[in-house]
Amino acid sequence: MEKKEYHVIAETGIHARPATMLVQAASKFSSDVNIEFDGKSVNLKSIMGVMSLGVGQGADITITAEGDDEADAIAAITETMTKEGLAE
Amino acid sequence: MSTQIKGIAASEGIATAEAYLLVQPDLSFSKKSISDVDGEVKRLQDALTQSDNELTKIRDAAKESLGEEGAQVFDAHKLILADPEFTGAVEQQIKDQSVNAEQALDEVSQNFITIFEGMTDNPYMQERAADIRDVTKRVMAHLLGVELPNPSLIDHEVIVVAHDLTPSDTAQLNKKFVRGFITDIGGRTAHSAIMARSLELPAVVGTNTVTADIKDGDQVILDGLDGVAIVNPSDDDVAKYSKLASDFAAEKAEWKKLKSEATVTADGKHFDIAANIGSPDDLDGVLDNGAEGIGLYRTEFLYMQSDQLPTEEDQFNAYKKVLESMNGKPVVVRTMDIGGDKHLPYLPLPEEDNPFLGYRAIRISIDQQDIFRTQLRALIRASAFGELRIMFPMIGTLQEFRTAKSIFEEEKAKLVSEGVKISDSIQTGMMMEIPAAAVLADQFAKEVDFFSIGTNDLIQYTMAADRGNERVSYLYQPYNPSILRLIKHIIESAHKEGKWAGMCGEAAGDDVMVPILLGMGLDEYSMSATSVLRVRSLMKKLSTADLQTLAERAVNESLTNDDNIKLVSEYVK
Repeated sequence: MEKKEYHVIAETGIHARPATMLVQAASKFSSDVNIEFDGKSVNLKSIMGVMSLGVGQGADITITAEGDDEADAIAAITETMTKEGLAE
Repeated sequence: MSTQIKGIAASEGIATAEAYLLVQPDLSFSKKSISDVDGEVKRLQDALTQSDNELTKIRDAAKESLGEEGAQVFDAHKLILADPEFTGAVEQQIKDQSVNAEQALDEVSQNFITIFEGMTDNPYMQERAADIRDVTKRVMAHLLGVELPNPSLIDHEVIVVAHDLTPSDTAQLNKKFVRGFITDIGGRTAHSAIMARSLELPAVVGTNTVTADIKDGDQVILDGLDGVAIVNPSDDDVAKYSKLASDFAAEKAEWKKLKSEATVTADGKHFDIAANIGSPDDLDGVLDNGAEGIGLYRTEFLYMQSDQLPTEEDQFNAYKKVLESMNGKPVVVRTMDIGGDKHLPYLPLPEEDNPFLGYRAIRISIDQQDIFRTQLRALIRASAFGELRIMFPMIGTLQEFRTAKSIFEEEKAKLVSEGVKISDSIQTGMMMEIPAAAVLADQFAKEVDFFSIGTNDLIQYTMAADRGNERVSYLYQPYNPSILRLIKHIIESAHKEGKWAGMCGEAAGDDVMVPILLGMGLDEYSMSATSVLRVRSLMKKLSTADLQTLAERAVNESLTNDDNIKLVSEYVK
C-alpha cells in the first residue's frame, strides 16, 4: 500500500473544481484509492464521497492507494495537487 | 388556420422559425418486482452508457457555444454518473431487493439528495443536490425510453417555447440557432426577457398558455414589438411580418450608423450615453453599440455567480478587464448591492419583514467592513488601468456617505504606502435612490463627485409602492411631477457645485423620459447596451432649447403621470 499526507492550501479547500480534478486523476488507475480526513475515509473515485468530506483550507489529509499501480496513482495525484495549487 | 397568442412584449424584434418546446417529459414509473435480476442490471448499465454518451455530446456542444466554463457542469454530471458509490449502490439495490432499475435509482438518488440538502452549513453542497437530480432525470428518461429536451443540441433555427426560463436553462441553449423566446410566465424584468434583450433577440413573455398552444415543430412568427406570436401563419401573415421585420431591420441599420458618433442634440449640445453591465461578459454589447462609457457596473453579480465571497484577486481581474476594455472611457462601478431581492447562498442574512427597507447594499458594507474593504482594494488597484468612478448604493444620510468615503480613503492610503500604482483621479459618488437623500441633494452635492439617479428604487420609495407587487403596480409612475421634482432638484444641486448627474435606471432610455431629462440638463444617461443607439438617434432629433420649457411645464403645470405623457407627445413628434 502507498500512502501520502498533504496539507491543503487551496483557498476553497477540496470541493467543486479541485474535487473533480482529483477524482478524474484517481479514476485513471485500477488500484483502490481512498482519501482520509478528520477520521473519515472515502473512495477518491467517488465525487459525491469526496465532496461530502468537506475538506477546507488548512486541512491535513491522507491519501492511500492499494493495487497494481498504487505508486503511479499516488504520483499522479501528487502532481495534480501541486499543479493545481491544492496542497503541499 | 393561423392562431394568435398574446403576451407581454419583452424584447424588440421579429423572427420566424420552428417552435422548440422546452418542457420536461413525464418521468413517473411504478415499483415492480424483478425475477431476471441480471437482465435488470443490464438495463441499468445500458441506460448509464446512453446517458454518458449523451452527456459527452452535450458537453462538446456546450464547450463550443459557451466555452470551457459552461461545459464544466456537464463534467460534474459525468463524474456523478461514473461514481461507484452512486451507480454501484443502484446496482446493489436491484440485486438485494429484486426491484426494477427505476425504483432502485429513485431510492438511491433520494438518499444522496437528502444527505446533500441536509448540509445546511454548506450552501455549495446543497446546490450539488440539483446536479444529482439532473443526472437521475437523464438516466430515468433512458430507462423509460422517453426523450429529455437537450437544448444544447439544437441544430436548426428555433423559437424556444417554455413555461419559464431559468438561468440554468438558458446557459444550456445553443444560442447560435435560437431566434427568440416565448414563455407562459414572467414580465419585462424576467430573466428570459433580460437575456433576450442582451442577445438582441425578440421575446414575448407572460402568455399564460403558450406551452399548451404551440406544438414542437409548429411554424411561429414572434413579434417582440407588439408582444404577439402567430402560430402556423397564413401567407398574408408571412407577407405582413416580413415587411415589419425589414422595416425594423432598416431602422436598426440606421441606428448602427451612429455607432461611432458622439451623442449630440439637434442644437449641438453633447450628452453622454453609457451602458449598464453586470459582468465583463457584457462588454462586447457595450462596444458594439458604441456606448460612451459604463454608467453602472453592477458588481453584485460577481458575488452571486460565485459559491463564496470573491477574492480581492478575482475582483481585481474583473474590474481591470472592464477598465482596460473601455480604453479610457469612464466606468462607474457600484459597490455590492446585496439584500432586497438579491441573496448570497454563502452569506446568510436575517429574515426580514421588509427586505427592501432593510439590511442591504451600503448598510451591509458599512456593517461588514471586511467584505467592503476587499472590494475597495480591488477597485483602487484596478484604477491604474482606466477611468474609474466608484459609486455607493442606497445612501440615505450624509453620515453614511462620509463613512463609506473614509473607508475608501483609508484603503487608498494603505495601497499607496504599499507602493501600489493607482490613479490619483478616482471619483467617488452615490446612487440617488432614497428620497431623504434626494431632498437633501444640495448638501450631498458639496461632498460627492457625482450623482447617479436609480429610478426604479427612487420611484418605489417615493410612492411607497413595492415594484414587484402587481396590485399596486399603477403607482409605478416615472413621470409623476413629484418624481420629476426630485430629479430636477438632484440635477440642479449637482450643477450648482460643479458636479455631474447621471441616471442609471430603465427610465434613462425611455422615449418619454429622455426629452424631459434633456430639458433638465441631465449629463449622463446609462441604459441597456441595446438601447444606446435608439436613444442616440432620438436625441439627434431633439433640441434642448425647446425641452427646457417642456421640463419646466412637466414639473410646474402637469398634475399627473398621464399629463406628462401627453405633454411630451406635444414636443416630440
